[in-house]
This record gives sequence, structure tokens and C-alpha cells, in this order.
Amino acid sequence: MMLTGSRTRRSLVLMWRGMRAHPGTYVLAVTASALFGAMTVGVSRAVGWATDAVVVPAIAGDEAARDRIWLAGVVLGAVALTLALSVAGRRMWAGYGFSDNIADHRSALTTQYLRLPVSWHRAHPAGQLLNHTTSDAEAANGVFNPLPFALGVVVMIVTAVVMLFSIDPWLALAALVIFPVTVVANTIYQRYMSPAVTRAQQLRGDVADVAHESFEAALLVKALGTEGREEARFAATAGDLRAANVRVGVVRAIFDPVIQNLPAIGTLVVLAVGTWRAGSGDVAAGDVVSAAYLLTMMTVPLMAFGWVLGELPRALVGYDRISEVVDADGELAYGTGRLPASDGGLGVRFERVGVDVEVTGLERGTRTLLEGVDLEVPAGATVAVVGPTGAGKTTLVSLLARLSDPTRGRVLLDGTDARELAAGEIPAHVALVTQSTFVFEDSVRANVTLADRGEDGSPSDDEVWEALRLARLDDTIRAYPDGLDAPLGERGANLSGGQRQRLAIARALVRRPRLLVLDDATSAVDPRVEQAILHGLAEQGSGATTVIMVAYRMSSVALADTVVHLDDGGVVDVGPHEELMARDPGYRELATAYQAEAERRERAGDETDRDDELQEVAR
Amino acid sequence: MSATTAEPGISEDELDANGARIESVSSLGVFATLRRGVQLSPEMLNGVWITLALAVLAAGGKVVVPLAVQRTIDDGILAEGGPDAGRVVTLAALAAVGLVLAGVCAALVNVRLFRSTEAGLATLRTRAFRHVHDLSTLTQNTERRGALVARVTNDVDTISLFVQWGGIMLLVSVLQILVATALMAWYSPVLTVVVWVCFVPMFLFMRVGQRKVNAAYTLVRERVGAMLGAISESVVGAETVRAYGVSARTGRRISQAVEATRRAQRRSMELVAIVFSSGVFVANLVLAVVVVLGAWLGIGGALSAGEIVAFLFLVQLFTGPVQMGTEILNEMQNAVAGWRRVIAVVETPVEVTEAPDAVDLPRGPARVTLRDVRFAYSGGPDVLHGVSLDLPPRTKVAVVGQTGSGKTTIAKLVTRLMDPVEGTVELDGTDLRKVSFASLRERVVLVPQEGFLFDGTVLENAAYGLRNGTRPTTPDDAGEVRAAVSDAFAELGLSDWVETLPDGLDTQVGQRGEALSAGERQLVAIARAYLAAPDLLVLDEATSAVDPAAEVRIARALDSLTAGRSTITIAHRLSTAEAADLVVVVDAGEIVETGPHAELAAAGGIYSRMHASWVSQTR
Repeated sequence: MMLTGSRTRRSLVLMWRGMRAHPGTYVLAVTASALFGAMTVGVSRAVGWATDAVVVPAIAGDEAARDRIWLAGVVLGAVALTLALSVAGRRMWAGYGFSDNIADHRSALTTQYLRLPVSWHRAHPAGQLLNHTTSDAEAANGVFNPLPFALGVVVMIVTAVVMLFSIDPWLALAALVIFPVTVVANTIYQRYMSPAVTRAQQLRGDVADVAHESFEAALLVKALGTEGREEARFAATAGDLRAANVRVGVVRAIFDPVIQNLPAIGTLVVLAVGTWRAGSGDVAAGDVVSAAYLLTMMTVPLMAFGWVLGELPRALVGYDRISEVVDADGELAYGTGRLPASDGGLGVRFERVGVDVEVTGLERGTRTLLEGVDLEVPAGATVAVVGPTGAGKTTLVSLLARLSDPTRGRVLLDGTDARELAAGEIPAHVALVTQSTFVFEDSVRANVTLADRGEDGSPSDDEVWEALRLARLDDTIRAYPDGLDAPLGERGANLSGGQRQRLAIARALVRRPRLLVLDDATSAVDPRVEQAILHGLAEQGSGATTVIMVAYRMSSVALADTVVHLDDGGVVDVGPHEELMARDPGYRELATAYQAEAERRERAGDETDRDDELQEVAR
Repeated sequence: MSATTAEPGISEDELDANGARIESVSSLGVFATLRRGVQLSPEMLNGVWITLALAVLAAGGKVVVPLAVQRTIDDGILAEGGPDAGRVVTLAALAAVGLVLAGVCAALVNVRLFRSTEAGLATLRTRAFRHVHDLSTLTQNTERRGALVARVTNDVDTISLFVQWGGIMLLVSVLQILVATALMAWYSPVLTVVVWVCFVPMFLFMRVGQRKVNAAYTLVRERVGAMLGAISESVVGAETVRAYGVSARTGRRISQAVEATRRAQRRSMELVAIVFSSGVFVANLVLAVVVVLGAWLGIGGALSAGEIVAFLFLVQLFTGPVQMGTEILNEMQNAVAGWRRVIAVVETPVEVTEAPDAVDLPRGPARVTLRDVRFAYSGGPDVLHGVSLDLPPRTKVAVVGQTGSGKTTIAKLVTRLMDPVEGTVELDGTDLRKVSFASLRERVVLVPQEGFLFDGTVLENAAYGLRNGTRPTTPDDAGEVRAAVSDAFAELGLSDWVETLPDGLDTQVGQRGEALSAGERQLVAIARAYLAAPDLLVLDEATSAVDPAAEVRIARALDSLTAGRSTITIAHRLSTAEAADLVVVVDAGEIVETGPHAELAAAGGIYSRMHASWVSQTR
């Protein structure tokens, strides 16, 4: 989508693309605009005719002219009506084109937001992304408001130029002097305007970003009483935006009167040249007057062009900012592979898997998160992944849901490379539950099914209740007056951290995944509830689901057949808990660290198990 | 997206369901909106009279120049005895001077307008932003922040278009209309009355039309807000959308929102086209009426043919600004729609305000007293029924109770996120409502469950707790800040952890701190609270389990943080209660037990039952 070439070329392509996307609308808009041009001339002609042929002779006593008074009224009325209709049509279709083009850009942007990988999202602040769909989309399409007007009234320019040449080539040339002047003025304008507008749009994004982040931090701001500091931070960015907008305004303020006065300047030139031509007897004095009149006819179209030219720098900047997103690649390519139908769990294999990420901090470059991971998880097994912070646990398990792809090596699901599977195939068989839960502004039911009611394959209410039961959230939901229809999110009931995690687990279970990946998904859930959930999974039919979980609690680890000890991006050891305790000193240290701390606290008169949530106990 | 993880307990319990809401639009009428809008941005009126005078000069230039051209033609080119070159040059030069002067005036008007409106709008943005922070409503879910961000970005932008151009042009147009009317009346009072009568139905129609246009624009603003909410699902919830493979459905929801916005926009464009073109129609229809009526009046001898011709010219001087006025009024509806949404934010009453006679309290160990405190959310039942409590200085207090018991409400009252309905909350014997915000936030700091981190370095985030410094500005300052932060981490026993970070204190934490683990985020939050150095610490205990090593660090750091301070912990773990000096048991809005753990555990009340049940379940 990115525009290339000279600024003129980019401008033309931008406008052409927008019009080509909605050809019908623009044909109608430009036609209406052309009719408007014709009618503008028509009105003055009609008034001239009515004055000369009707009013003046009628007053002078011409009976025939008196009979024509009504006719003059009707003609003028008809012209007025046509003119008004042409204006209505022009504005309406131009408005349609603008609305449609802006909607196209919004669709293109949001399609990308949904397509691009999580890593891309982490690198792009939410405030900026939201701003692309409003401010930048509006900037990119602003030019489409005056464009049909300008194109339609080109007819007026052509007519005027042809008539000028038929009067006298020298006069015509004198009149046309304003065109190169316009081009020069516009070149200068664009040179000053482009950087100014680029900066303004960038700052608009920054303002949105500061606001978004600061509103997210609202509770912290209140807690520390830093409202004043946040205000100062926002005011600084808003102040920069203000300065940038004023800069844009100043450039425009100087350019606008220049463009608007060009026809008048042209008229003066024509008069000067006309006097010379008339003095030498080459043209009649009346011809000079006609030429001057024809130039005033160009005022309207030139003004419309001025608007288009005025909007172009902003449009290009907005368009470029949108293009950056729309052209961003990195979305995962899908193959055509299908996972064989089966009721059993999914077999998983990592082959020499390595993952690098780009670092954007002080030292740029890449950082290796995983290296040389070989791992085989048989179908139906329950595996715990254990390791210190930064060991690469989250990176490892997120590969299973294909949130990203490994830099090196392969991840095989039932023997098929995850990259070769068709789109939608992985989510249909694999469910990943992360520590954080995003609650949609929707009903409980929709938050579990993530489907619309009656949508193909959407789970029944019984299945939803069953998933809620397994996630131990059914009692909470049953207590809501609206049950499954109870709204969640901003305007609805709010869930505690643990409840949110259980909602996420229900969300995963309702899809009956063959591979369930729990990335520290029960951290805020009471350990006994966690145990109940995990046991519930097992009773669902052992072997039906392969479970891979990142765990911090030894009680969860105890449920796993196999433990994978991960450290510094590599697998240290794999085996049952007891074996690892016996042969892997690093694991032993890790496993006992928690216990040791608990004991220390016990000696200090504190409790052994710090995991208990009081509210759960009290229930 | 993990900002929404375990949602901060304080934010979610009760407040959201009942707290004040920000209206989607203010209910002010058009003129009240404009008045209020200008009141909120007084800079807009800076030097408005000079600007207006310049605008009149610029507009005058538009009339003078055609007149000069006219004279050049009549007296120069069509001069008796052939074109008079000398006269033409003189007149053309005069006209050119007039052009330049008018152009300069126009440019000055534009520059002045840009300066004053951008200054006013920056103020408005900042004011709305600050007000959002002052409202406790902001402690809501993060999912729909996008819509709130629009109020300080896009909605404000909408206003600028109109103000930078429309406000002044409206006044100039009215002036032109008055002048034209006076001139017309001089030629023919009868025809003037007729012209005005013709416009009466138009004005009536416009009033209705404009109301509809306004409603349509308001709908567009609302739809854009809703659309941003939908889009933020794909941005903030990117990980969830991918993990569950629900791109299609999310995409559908966004498409619907984009389509709804498009339709609303098209509708607004249609209405504007109709209203505007009806103005065009009447303006041109008037010509027909004047021709017919003028001819009859002429025949009756009331008018000469010359007077009718002059009158027709004047009518066009009259209808020009009338059409311009229609256009401006349409634009104004858009601005009013944006303004209303911003004003709605600013007009939402702040529940907790600083008293005019608020005092600063001296620093020192904090004593907290609640006297017969009753609290209820607006329109809701009592959450606390007359609670009294006295917490001596340097005491570690644990508040326990079930979800909904009112324990979180106590924390919110003590930190004055809300005020009691009856009774008082006192800090060292002074009603909190009489304590200045600066003093209160200096002495009392709330540490939410989930520490929010800003996109920046560990250093910047910890330094956020420092009271006077904002961000390091001068190198000296920066050195001091760095030393203070470094000391804080050392005091908290976290220096070794900082050393494990890739760039130490300069490690980037990413958006919302996502580059760090949940436990690491808590560590930074603790350092931040430590640097805030409060006399009273109110902790909303985190419920999430983190990896054992981090858990140990957090426990130690919390010990150092609370040492020697009064602390109130909203405890979710019974172990925390055991370690406290004083346990406060809240049940159904009443304080049912107060005392040391050992005493209460043996007392045979609610606490002993909780404790017994917990012991039996964990051992």
C-alpha cells in the first residue's frame, strides 16, 4: 500500500486509489460537480438574459417582454433548482466517498491488528494503534471531501481556456500565467507543510499514547497522588502538539490567501496585457472585458483546487502512517496441513528449537530466549515446566499455540510442523491459558464461548456450565441474577483476579482441546481450587488431553507425570519429580527454595502455606 | 495485555458497579455548549476583537478588489477614445496593493486564530485529562480505555476545525448580511422585505435541519467511541484473540462497529448536503423572485431598470454570506458534538475534593481513627454500617473478611479515594476531608495488588515514587535520583536482583511492564512505594503466586518496606493476619472482632472459625 515516487506521483496515486475503490460514487460525485460548474455559469447567464431581454425592455414598455416576465421567473427558478440538486448530489456523493474510504482504511488497519503476531503488538503502543484508526485515517482521507468538487469544475477551467484562446492567444497566455504560479506556490507550500504535518500527526499519536497509558495507571496515580505530575506530562505533550499545529496553521495561513487571490492577480495581468493589445488594435475593448470575466469564472475551480492541494500534505502523512501498519509483515503464514481427527491428546515434539528476539533497549541487537530445546511430550501426558524467572518457560509454551514461530528448529504437533498447519487448525485443538485474562465487554456466556449465539459449532449452555463447573466458577455465575447472560466488563460485574483466571480456564475447557497449555494460569487461584480444577481435568478422561503447564507450586508439579526443568533458555533435565530431585541439583534447589522460605517464615512465627486466599477459606 | 491480569482488588470490588459514570454527551444546548466550551478554553478569545477587525478588513478586500477591477475596465479599457494605458496601470497597481493588504490581513487572521484556538484546545485537552484522573470512575476495567482516550484526542480535534475558521467567518458573514441588507433597503425597501421573507422559511427549515445534523454528528462521535472500544479488543487483547483463535469473531465485531460508524457518517453527510443545498436553492430562487417582482414594480414606475440591475447585484452579495453561514452552522454542529463529549467529562462532578481550608499535617507516625463511619455507593445499600476503629501509630494491621464484607471499602476510605456518607475518618485526629491532598498523599500511600509500570526503565518507574522530583531533568538531578533509587533497592535487599537484569536499573520494562514477570513488577512497585516514604502504608495484598525465588524476594522487601511504619493490609492470606500486630475482622459491613491474632483465634468468634477451617484444610 506504501506510496512511492515523487510527491506528485504519490499524491496522484493516493487520490486515484481512493476513487477507484468506489468508482460509482465518484462518477456520480464528479458528474454532479460538473453540473454544478455548468449551473454556476448558467445562473449568471440566466440573470443576464432576464435583465437584458425581459426586465429592461419590459420597463421600457415592450408588451412582448412583459409577457415573458413569468417565463424569466420560471427559467431562473429551474436553474436554481438544478443548481441546488447538483450541490446536494456533489456533497452527498463526496461524503459517501469520504465515509467509505475512511471505513476501508479502518478495515485494512484492524485486519492487520488481528493478523500481526503478538510480538508486533508488544512493540506498538496501544494508544498509537487506536489513533491510526481515527486521526490518521481522517487525515489520509481529508482530501476526498474537496476532490470531486475540484475534478468536476475542471470543466469550467477547460471551457474558460478554450474561450480565452478563441478571443486572443496573447490574452489567453496572460490569463494562464496563474497556472505556473500556482504550481510554484504549491511546491513551496508542500516543502514547508510536509515536515510540519508529519510532526503534528506523530504528536497526535503521542498524545493518545500518553493518555492511554496514564488512564491505565489511574489507580497508581491516585494512590501516589501524582495527578499533578501526570497532568504536567500530558500537558507537555499536548503543548508540543499545540506548537506543531500552530506551525501547520501558519504555513497554511500564508498559503491560503495566495491561492485565493491568484485569479484576481490573473485578472490584473489580463487587463494590463489587454490594454496593450487593444491599444495596438489587435483586440476589441469588449474582448478584454470578456477575458476578464472568463477569469472570474475560474475563481471557483481554482479555490477548489486550493483546498485539494491544501489537504494533500496531511493526506500523504496520514496515508504513510497507515501504510506502515498495513504493509507490516511478520504475520504467520499458514500451510494446508490438518491434524488427524482423534479423541486422544495431542503429541508434542520440540526439535532443536531456538528463539531470538530483537532487543530495543540500551544495547540493540538480538537476545536468545531459547536454544537447542529438544523435547518429546507423548499424547495424553501431563507435563510441568519449571524454572526460574527468565528461563524461557513462557516463550516455550507460547510456541505451542503458535503465538510466534521458533527462529530455529521445529515444533511438531502430532508429527506435523506447526507452520504447515492450516489457519484455524491450532486454535481448534490447542488452548493456551495465560496468567492474564482479557475480559470482553460481553455476557458471561460469550466470554466463555467467544462465539455469537447460534453460531456454527458454538457450545451449548450445558457445555458452558460444564466448563464453568470444571473451572470452579459455576457457583459464582449462578449467584448472578442473569446467570450466563450477566454482562461482564466495564458495565457489568467484575471478577477478582482468581475468578478471571478461572474464566479463562473455562474458556479453554469448553473447546475440549486436545492440548491444554497453562502458562501460570492459576497463579491467583486458591491452591485447593487449583487442585480441584486439575483433578477435574484428569477425570474428564485421562489421555483425552495433553496438559503442559508452567507451574510455581509444588502441589501442581506433583500432579505432573513428567517435569521439564528449564534454565537460561535450555532444557536442563526431564523426568518425574522424584528422579529430578535425585539427580538434578538445580531443580532440587528450585523445588526446595519455596519450602525453605516457608520454613523460615514458620520459624519466625509465620505460616507455612502462604498461598491460601482468605476469601476462599472463609467461603 | 497483562495489565488486566489479576485486576487490582481495590479497583474492582464495589466501586465500578456503583460509581459515578461519565456521560457519553453533555445535555447542554448548542449555545450553552459553545458558551461553556469557550469558558473552558478562555485563550480562544485572546485578542478576538483585533482578529475580528482584521477579518472585516480581509473580507472588505474581497469586495474592494472586484470593484477596482470594475473601475479599471470601465474607466481604463472602455474609456472614451480607446483604452487609457496610464489609467489602467494606476488602477491595476491600486488593486494589486489592495489585494496584498487584504491577503496580509487574511493571513494574520488565520495565524491569530490558529494561535488562540490551539492554545485553548490544549488547555481543554489537559483539563479533561486531569478531570478524568480526579474522578474515581477511572478505577475501572482497562478494556474500554480507548473510548475515554478519544475524549482528549479525537473529540477535541473535531472542535478545532470549526473554531479556526467558522467562528470568525460566522461573525463576518452576519456583518456582510447586515451591510447588504442596508444597501438593498436603500434601493428598494419593498424588494428587501420580499428577499427577507423568502429566507424566513429557509431559516425555519434550517433550525429543524440543524438539529438533525447535530443529532447525526453526535451519533458519529458516539459510534467512533464505540468503535475504538471494539478495536481496543484486538489491540489490548491481542494475545487472547490469538490464543483462542477468535480473530474471525473479533474481526466481525470490529467490522460491525466500523460499518456502524460509516453508516452514521454517511447519514450525517446526507443531512448536511440537504440542509446546505436547500440554502443554495433559496439563495438562487430569490433571484427569480426579484426579477419577476422587480419587473412589475418597474412597470408600475416604482423602480428604474438600473436600480433593478443594481439590486440583483446586491442580492448576490446578500446570498453569498447566507450560504456561507449555512455551511458554518453545519460545521458548528460537528464541533458542538465533539465539545459536548469533552464537556461531559469535565462536568462530571468529582466526588472527592480538597477543602478550601485544608491543612498540611506534620510528618510522623500515623494514627488512624474511624468514627461511626457509614458508607454506601450512590443509591445502593450501606456497605459499612457505622464502623469505629482506632489504629495506634506504628501498628501493623491486617483487615480480614470475605469478598463484599467491606474490607476494601475501609482501605478506600482511609486513603480517601472516597468519603464516608456519615462519620469521619481521621489521620492523627484530623478529619481527612480537612487535610490537603499534597499532605495526605505524602503521608498515606496505597500499594495496589498489581503494580502498574509505565513504559520506561526500572529506574524511572521506581523514581516515580519520589515526592518532589518528576523525571530526572539535569545531570546532577539524574545522579541524585539514581543514587536514591539504587539505595532503595539496596535497603529492600534487591540489589542482587537488579544486577540480574540485562541493563540493571536502565532495563526497559516494556508497555505496562510486560517485559518483566509479574513478581518482578511487584518488586519495582515495592521500591516505588519505598521511595514514596509514607507514614501510613495501605497494602492491598497481592494474591497471585509468583515463582519461588521472586516470592522470597517480595516477602523480604515487604518486611523492609513496612518496618517502622503504620500499615494497614487488606489481607487475602491468613498468614498475613497471623504476622500482624492487630487483626480487624470485617463481616457484612461491621467490624465484628479486633485484637491480636492469638487472642482472636482463641476467642471462639468468626475469626477462630475461619482459622480453624483454614488449619484443617491446609494441614
